[in-house]
Amino acid sequence: MQRRNFVKATALTLALAAAGFVTQPAVAADTIKVGILHSLSGTMAISETALKETALMTIAEINAKGGVMGKQLEAVVVDPASNWPLFAEKARQLLTQDKVAVVFGCWTSVSRKSVNPVFKELNGLLFYPVQYEGEELEKNVFYTGAAPNQQAIPAVEYLMSKDGGAAKRWVLLGTDYVYPRTTNKILRAFLKSKGVAEADIMEEYTPFGHSDYQTIIAKIKKFAGEGKKTAVVSTINGDSNVPFYKELGNAGLKATDVPVVAFSVGEEELRGVDTKPLVGHLAAWNYFQSIKNPQNDAFIKMYRDWAKKQKLPKAESVVTNDPMEATYVGIHMWKQAVEKAKSTDVDKVIAAVGGQKFKAPSGFEIKMDEKNHHLHKPVLIGEVKADGQFNVVWKTKGPVKAAPWSPYIPGNDKKKGEPEGK
Amino acid sequence: MRHLLLALLCCLSLAVHAAADPAVMRQLAAEESDDKIAAIHKLALTAEPEALALLQQLADGSLKDDKGEEITINNRVRRELEGALAVLKLIDPDVTVRFAAVKEIASNVDAAMAPMLARARDRETEPKIRALLVEAHALATLKDADPQLRIAAARALASSADPNTKAQLKAQSEEANEVESEVRRAAFQSYLAVKDRLTLAETLGRIFSGLSLGSILLLAALGLAITYGVMGVINMAHGELLMIGAYATYAMQGVFRTHFPAQLDWYLLAAVPVAFFAAAAVGILLERTVIRWLYGRALETLLATWGLSLMLIQAARVIFGAQNVEVANPSWMSGGLEILPSIVLPLNRIVIVGFALFVLMLVWVLMNRTRLGMFVRAVTQNRAMAGCVGVPTGRIDTVAFALGAGIAGLGGVALSQIANVGPDMGQGYIVDSFMVVVLGGVGQLAGAVWAALGLGIVTKFIESWAGAVIAKIVVLVFIIMFIQKRPQGLFALKGRFVEN
Repeated sequence: MQRRNFVKATALTLALAAAGFVTQPAVAADTIKVGILHSLSGTMAISETALKETALMTIAEINAKGGVMGKQLEAVVVDPASNWPLFAEKARQLLTQDKVAVVFGCWTSVSRKSVNPVFKELNGLLFYPVQYEGEELEKNVFYTGAAPNQQAIPAVEYLMSKDGGAAKRWVLLGTDYVYPRTTNKILRAFLKSKGVAEADIMEEYTPFGHSDYQTIIAKIKKFAGEGKKTAVVSTINGDSNVPFYKELGNAGLKATDVPVVAFSVGEEELRGVDTKPLVGHLAAWNYFQSIKNPQNDAFIKMYRDWAKKQKLPKAESVVTNDPMEATYVGIHMWKQAVEKAKSTDVDKVIAAVGGQKFKAPSGFEIKMDEKNHHLHKPVLIGEVKADGQFNVVWKTKGPVKAAPWSPYIPGNDKKKGEPEGK
Repeated sequence: MRHLLLALLCCLSLAVHAAADPAVMRQLAAEESDDKIAAIHKLALTAEPEALALLQQLADGSLKDDKGEEITINNRVRRELEGALAVLKLIDPDVTVRFAAVKEIASNVDAAMAPMLARARDRETEPKIRALLVEAHALATLKDADPQLRIAAARALASSADPNTKAQLKAQSEEANEVESEVRRAAFQSYLAVKDRLTLAETLGRIFSGLSLGSILLLAALGLAITYGVMGVINMAHGELLMIGAYATYAMQGVFRTHFPAQLDWYLLAAVPVAFFAAAAVGILLERTVIRWLYGRALETLLATWGLSLMLIQAARVIFGAQNVEVANPSWMSGGLEILPSIVLPLNRIVIVGFALFVLMLVWVLMNRTRLGMFVRAVTQNRAMAGCVGVPTGRIDTVAFALGAGIAGLGGVALSQIANVGPDMGQGYIVDSFMVVVLGGVGQLAGAVWAALGLGIVTKFIESWAGAVIAKIVVLVFIIMFIQKRPQGLFALKGRFVEN
């Protein structure tokens, strides 16, 4: 590089940086910035776009009621584009450049794992709204989705029960990354503890964005044809679910013969699929849109109105789902914690989040555990209906405490139920 | 539980007026599955038309309880319900209803059903339903107390192609489950026959899925075989031309939804020409504005077209949004064709295989039977000489590029039916397309055809024993090694036409 160019470039960079520094405090004085870190393009956009909308809606709701500590919230939306390293970059940008007080974001565990070091290094605060595999407790993260004992294990237990079809053989099918691999490791250990033989478990993985499920369906059929009742546990994530369910419907694999229970498929993912051939297939979550209670009615109405106002694509048929509810609950819990701590300082807020309670659309007053950064949540199992909604066929009596360290993984019994260094 | 149902068919006269009974309705709306199932059995036992209608409503999810709320059922209740409905429908005058009912029953046979199945079998006149009933009856008597009946049943099951039957025969041929050696032998022989049939079916199914993948690869790569293979343009924006075709299909679906909702099922036919011309128009634009200034400069073309591909992706994001859009299969492409109980060929894939053949024919005729095709071939073989004898080489380049782009658009129509339609869908196919063209041999349409089908079938066979992730790796490694050994691909141009 020539010297003159170098000087010019440096001057330009400095000028830009200075401009950034000058403008920011002026804005930050009367608003609190919050970051929204969800993929708005790429394979995960199918699931995460709705979470961004939910977060914006919740922020608008809070602002309309006077904001947090008298300050309005200001959302900073970035698009990490289903690209895992980009998640870390964008998280860093949100924390250092935009100086947000909190970030709501991530769906896949691989994206969470890639932002974790950033939040740790910069002492940021992340609310993660999706069910996941556990095996993690970060001081800087609050998990508002389900841990394995709040979703995966009850779902498998249900399929083993008489009402669930008393399944004896298991296909563990997933996308090839950390969440499905870890969940299946836990499930395999759980199934073995229930006396299921090695030969009665089949594990299969496909890459992200995979769209040809012919071989997998044929394999499932063959595996199911060996005489014992078979069930499929699907941890397929993202838009691969659309071709998977299309193929499942076309191949005529009925839920009464081989039920498929999914952990990452909700109302939103099924919007693009003809659900008539899929009636009876299952999903396990902590919330379904079909639950009837006043909080949920208000939540659904709020989202429908928001979709209409924002002119979202196909606003007339928008749905709500579990991670959207978890996002909504997470933002409110953060608001309550800030008000309790009377500060947006990360350490003070972290200390205040534990023990927060909120009347959630799931119909329960749910609580953030005092220690383990997870919510106490009810577990629900639903069957797909012809209209793409879920019909709840099993639920726990009340909220269940999360066990992020699954007892089915050896060595976990020695781990503490709270983050290190807290 | 089942035999309650079966009793009803023997004594149809035993009519309890359960359909109107509020107690049964209450039981049907009960919380516990056991209560619901008991109520279903009670209703089925009456065998009245109203009971049938009531059960049908319950199956459709339209039955309401006294509070006006839908009565919901779970899979276990649904299975019982479907079984009960099937038994009631066994005497339906309509052949298709009866056929479906027998298939439902055959998937869930137990010993108590044998007399009922025997009666239904003797009454049945339709041969294909009768054959199913014979098998179902044999399955029900496989564990009968009479060894002679067991042997007969095992023998009758030799013609089955059901994986469930195979498992039962296997169990019956083992000493632990069967004391008579005669029965064991018969069961084992039938087991072998069924197993062979199933293995054959499995192989056929695998070949079909390979064929299906091959036809998709071919549709994705055929346009590139013209632009890259024949014209030598390394078009990195090829995947985006596929995307344009897919979005054109989406747009046509929207047009039909709003303007011709009655003909919605046929939007796909209208989408074929629209996608072709939309992609061809974009192709012409690209060629006229950028690519034609770069002929003969491979590296610059590569960079320029890569830039164009990014621009096209962003354009799609701006116009249609970053999220995937929903393109529904028309009803005539939903569902599957059942060849055997163990293989169902999805209709959308069958149609796409046919469509790939149609496009291939179209390209072949265009290239070999028309004046335009002759010009294109002449220009590729010897540009200077073609120009000398009066072929307008510049215009031919444009038309050939437009043709390649248009065919990519057709590929997009096919992709929209099985994969997700989104702005970056093309990125996933560009590597596969180049793989096919390079493997097949640059400059050869036939090469692309063989390469696509070969890759499709090989990928599917590897996938079935090593999984999708490994299959992808193995295929890429194989292609790298193959290109090392044979850089010209499967089929190479020979003789004096070869440039340089």
